Amino acid sequence: MSVAGAPSAPGTRSRWLTAAGWRGLFRDRPTIPLLVLLAVLVLLSEVVRPGIVNASWAGVMLRTAVPLAILAGCQVLTMLTGGIDLSVGSVASMSGFLVATLVGDYGLWAALAIALGISAIAGLLTGIGVGVFRVHPLIMTLGMGLVVFGFANAWQLIMVQTGGGTPPEIRWIGSGSLWGIVPHSLLVFLPLAALILVGLRRTGYGRLLYAIGDNPIAARLSGARSWQVLAVLYAISAGMAAIAGFLLSGLTNVASVTLADSYVLPSVAAAVIGGTSIMGGRGGYGGAIVGALILVVITSLLSSLGYPEAIRQVLFGSIIVAVAAAYTRVTAES
Amino acid sequence: MSAGTGTIDGARARPADAVIGLLRHNAWTIGLLTFLALLLVFTRTIQPSYGPPGIQSLANAVLPLALAAVGQAIVVIGGGIDLSIGSIMALMSVITAALMKAYPDLSIPIVIGVLLLGLVVGAINGGLVVVTRVPDIVVTLGMSFVWAGCALLVLKTPGGAAAGWLKDLVKGPLLIEWLPKAVVVLVVLVSVIWLPLRRSRLGLSIFAIGSNQLAAYRSGVPVGRTKITAYAFMGLFAALAGLSLTASTGIGSPVPGQYTMQSVAAIVLGGVSLAGGRGGVFGPIVAVIILQLIRTDMTFLNVNSNLATVANGATLIAVVMFGSLIQMRRERA
Repeated sequence: MSVAGAPSAPGTRSRWLTAAGWRGLFRDRPTIPLLVLLAVLVLLSEVVRPGIVNASWAGVMLRTAVPLAILAGCQVLTMLTGGIDLSVGSVASMSGFLVATLVGDYGLWAALAIALGISAIAGLLTGIGVGVFRVHPLIMTLGMGLVVFGFANAWQLIMVQTGGGTPPEIRWIGSGSLWGIVPHSLLVFLPLAALILVGLRRTGYGRLLYAIGDNPIAARLSGARSWQVLAVLYAISAGMAAIAGFLLSGLTNVASVTLADSYVLPSVAAAVIGGTSIMGGRGGYGGAIVGALILVVITSLLSSLGYPEAIRQVLFGSIIVAVAAAYTRVTAES
Repeated sequence: MSAGTGTIDGARARPADAVIGLLRHNAWTIGLLTFLALLLVFTRTIQPSYGPPGIQSLANAVLPLALAAVGQAIVVIGGGIDLSIGSIMALMSVITAALMKAYPDLSIPIVIGVLLLGLVVGAINGGLVVVTRVPDIVVTLGMSFVWAGCALLVLKTPGGAAAGWLKDLVKGPLLIEWLPKAVVVLVVLVSVIWLPLRRSRLGLSIFAIGSNQLAAYRSGVPVGRTKITAYAFMGLFAALAGLSLTASTGIGSPVPGQYTMQSVAAIVLGGVSLAGGRGGVFGPIVAVIILQLIRTDMTFLNVNSNLATVANGATLIAVVMFGSLIQMRRERA
């Protein structure tokens, strides 16, 4: 790392040294190359559509990225233990929908609490399935996603007469912004992100997640009760998905049971681009936040280029693979 | 040990041992078959008129997902996973439908071309996994966008046409009314492609790299090449699944649908280990039939279709939990 910090010395002999230094820097601080990529993308947006990049554009990007970044957080936390959470889409949609339908009868706070509670229960069940019954997280969260989606759909049929809309408070926090620039959703996101970042680094629970993902047997032999850790983890993940669902329904002013479905794969992509290993034990939340921003900026860039949906999807997928490949290459342990 | 499970059926020394070994190795599949039989009896009880037409529509509904599950099983046995299989199916389906509408006379070359394209697309996925060394799940997640985008490039909205013979291939019964053509197609395709593959050196290599990649490499198995071939076979089966979609609907739709996740669910229910190296394709096919039959029964019982989704998810979890409990007891014993 110290090598990278030093000014690059001219001459061929030190070139390899510098390259290795860069490599080390990227490995230790994966957020830096991602921020560079983000800057390049922002620059590219400006080149493609001069004048587009300004304060309100940045505000829109941030506002759009917040729900994705929270869902990416679910993926980071579960992926650190070698899992994945594919139920975030249904859980987020269900929570947003539940709040919209319950707010009329019970008031905002009670509706939020009910939605959060139900999500957490679903998450806890997932966690017990993964931790106690050792069902593969992919299958467990897939199945739980179906269960939650089915119940939400049945609930929708019951509530179809009463209807209901996204409450104004949720709209305020999801889509409002200070002076048209600073999105209100940061009020939710910043404390949450800080909690995750500090929690992963400084708390025993955070270290346990890394330990279980890195070497489950070693973690067990060291006295970690991994089933308890996993049960709580998936409950936390579902709770975060619920929060993302509230913000998303506020952002789009829509409450539907399929609202967040299209966010599931991008949330995994954001976590992966952010340097979290899907095999567990390696990664962090900082990268995933930047990863979510990168995905949002790419999407906006591709649509401002005026490409049809088809080309946009192809480019989006290619970029995900390319970034992941570059990442693996750079951080590969030689 | 696990590499041999799928390839060598018990000892050949004594017939009795061989039979017991065969039963033990296929216990999960036999369990599934029993479950399916009970389910059929149950279906017949709640709907006494359930007969050939019911079997026919069941077979038609099952065919695309069963083919996709076979493809997914091959990749997962080889230690990978393909999250783009639904997109590949959509791509193949729209290419077939679009070409068959434009050139109705060239339907046979089109089918051959699409199958070859399936092999190529699968090999591209596998090649990317091998070259980039990025985990399979991430590469194929990215590629799912790419292939879905390509499908949209071919057809923006559902459309196109299917050749008459292709539709006839899966429609109606063969010889006796209880035997739908779709079942015959499935059995023929799987026996022509999977059975020789499993018996071959290549098939053994696929089990080997899924079971323990390092051990396989040290035993001289060309890991990269085997992995790419496994993905190519997945692509071939995805192409077949896409063709069967076009054949049964008569059009091509660029929207991938739920096939990716359903195929993953089906193979796990069918006894394929997501860790790789263990399983077959027969179990997943039975699992696909069971899942579809449960859905049919729910309709007969007038259960709300959303609760049927809940039941599907719960069945998935329950069966896998059951399997993992058996596994845990065996480990403890």
